[in-house]
Amino acid sequence: MKQTDEADSRGYYRRMQSAIEELLILKGVFSGADVEREVKAMDSRNPGRGAKMVARAWVDPAYKARALHNGSAAAEELGFAVGPLRLIVLEDTPRVHNVIVCTLCSCYPRMLLGLPPEWYKSSNYRSRVVREPRTVLQEFGTRIPDDVEIRVHDSTADMRYMVLPLRPAGTEGLDEEQLAGLVTRDSLIGVAMAKAAAQA
Amino acid sequence: MGAPEPLPARFAPGARVQVRRADPPGHVRTPWYCRGHAGVIERICGSFANPEELAYNRDGLPAQPLYRVRFSCRELWQDYAGNAGDAVEIEIFQHWLEPA
Repeated sequence: MKQTDEADSRGYYRRMQSAIEELLILKGVFSGADVEREVKAMDSRNPGRGAKMVARAWVDPAYKARALHNGSAAAEELGFAVGPLRLIVLEDTPRVHNVIVCTLCSCYPRMLLGLPPEWYKSSNYRSRVVREPRTVLQEFGTRIPDDVEIRVHDSTADMRYMVLPLRPAGTEGLDEEQLAGLVTRDSLIGVAMAKAAAQA
Repeated sequence: MGAPEPLPARFAPGARVQVRRADPPGHVRTPWYCRGHAGVIERICGSFANPEELAYNRDGLPAQPLYRVRFSCRELWQDYAGNAGDAVEIEIFQHWLEPA
């Protein structure tokens, strides 16, 4: 996807961000070490966390029920701190396919997936996935059958979302770690399915 | 003095609601594309300080109930050609909602 709008303004906003950061450090609101610690914490978060939750939900129906009831608590149960935002886990079924977006900015379940991909922040994805979700998913190579309902979740306020994709067929013999290997970042956002067993 | 009590929820899950067709200035977190449209309360998310106030360094209290509202794609987009069950779900604060 082409993203000239973001690319053009990036230099300007980056400079503004640096200037504000320097001012806040000078004013003693936080220190350079605080910034470094937060950057390290952010770098430690990656889609492997979401994948672990999905694999556990696939093998443990009671955990799945807890995750659907209270996503934040289910994340904490596996040792992933969620912070003040609330996590909602959206279950794909043979009848319903879920996909997430933030049309207003780029809200993303960073506590579980880390930094969002560039395309997630592009105005192309943000404006079109609510308008023509089937076409957008097709562009990701994901064809949703006509009789499956699509639910687009626009993350506009204090909730964060993660998709619980369908467990691929033929994975009965895999253990939890192998199953987690099938769960990609894109399948947690909902623009792709989990990988087939042979691709693990 | 403690924080004021959160506002009581006006709508229950399953209730039909309509988003106000308003265009206030400043920081707004109700997407343009759902304004004026009708949907159904999917769930109550809890109560949160109003982000339209927080954006200006005010306390945003009393906390506002936040809902997830489900809109049919065909309600949002007149020419929508996909499955009639396709839907968009959006988090919307109570002060943007009216009974439909």
